[in-house]
Amino acid sequence: MPLIDLANPTRFLTLCRRALPWLAGATAIAFAIGIVMALNAPDDYQQGATVKIMFLHVPAAWLSMFCWALMSVAALGTLVWRHPLADVAAKAAAPIGAALTLMCLVTGSLWGRPMWGTYWVWDARLTSVLVLFLLYLGVLALYWTADEPSRGARGAAVLILVGAINLPIIKFSVDWWNTLHQPESVLRIGGSAIDPSILNPLLVMALAFLLLFVTLLLAAMRNEILRRRVRAMQMLRAQRA
Amino acid sequence: MNSLGPHADFIVAAYAVALLVVAGLIAWVLLDYSAQNRLLGDLEARGVKRRSRRKKPVIDA
Repeated sequence: MPLIDLANPTRFLTLCRRALPWLAGATAIAFAIGIVMALNAPDDYQQGATVKIMFLHVPAAWLSMFCWALMSVAALGTLVWRHPLADVAAKAAAPIGAALTLMCLVTGSLWGRPMWGTYWVWDARLTSVLVLFLLYLGVLALYWTADEPSRGARGAAVLILVGAINLPIIKFSVDWWNTLHQPESVLRIGGSAIDPSILNPLLVMALAFLLLFVTLLLAAMRNEILRRRVRAMQMLRAQRA
Repeated sequence: MNSLGPHADFIVAAYAVALLVVAGLIAWVLLDYSAQNRLLGDLEARGVKRRSRRKKPVIDA
């Protein structure tokens, strides 16, 4: 099936029906392997067993940023190309991104308390991720409170594109400012600074979270297409009455 | 499995939070899907059809 055909919501629903069971199965298998590897990973020489929190915290952090980047592409699709699935994708991704950002913040706090002696500090990395979470809530508020869906979609698309400025700030905050948060140790020039015995479980858990994200996104997009069909039919019924 | 050491409470709490978030997201998509399907079924039972499903008018030559 050519990629352009997926612009048709009915064809997209057919793709979802075929792909979702396989994606859900792959996600479950990846999590089963990842969790076994995470629980059997050795303790860190400095952080002890708390390094196990990293297997949740880091994938959630990566996906919270990836999700916003994806929403930014979708926002361009809404504003520039008026792609029929672009707004569906952005609206479906926003709650998933918000939940993953919340997970990143909470697991980070639970990791910070035993390692730093505090749940929270207003350093650049933590604050910029909190701003990302607030931006997600702003996008959701625009979608949920707009009286006309197309107006909400345009407003959300503008906020998403403005909020994309925060992504490089999050990424480079640990380089640009003195932060309590540690600098990059996986995605950095010169290769990972993490031992393979800890890096491998992290990468498998990141793959599991990515598969979960794709599965949830497709399912949420399918639901959004159905919601729009319901709305169109309800309006048709109201016109006839 | 290794012992979780003196900070076991924090590790268990982090995994519990992650489980709660993931379970919440899965429940959200499943419940939303069944709600939208129910609404679509109700509307179709009342005779409301989408434009693409309606019969096109036959034009006699």
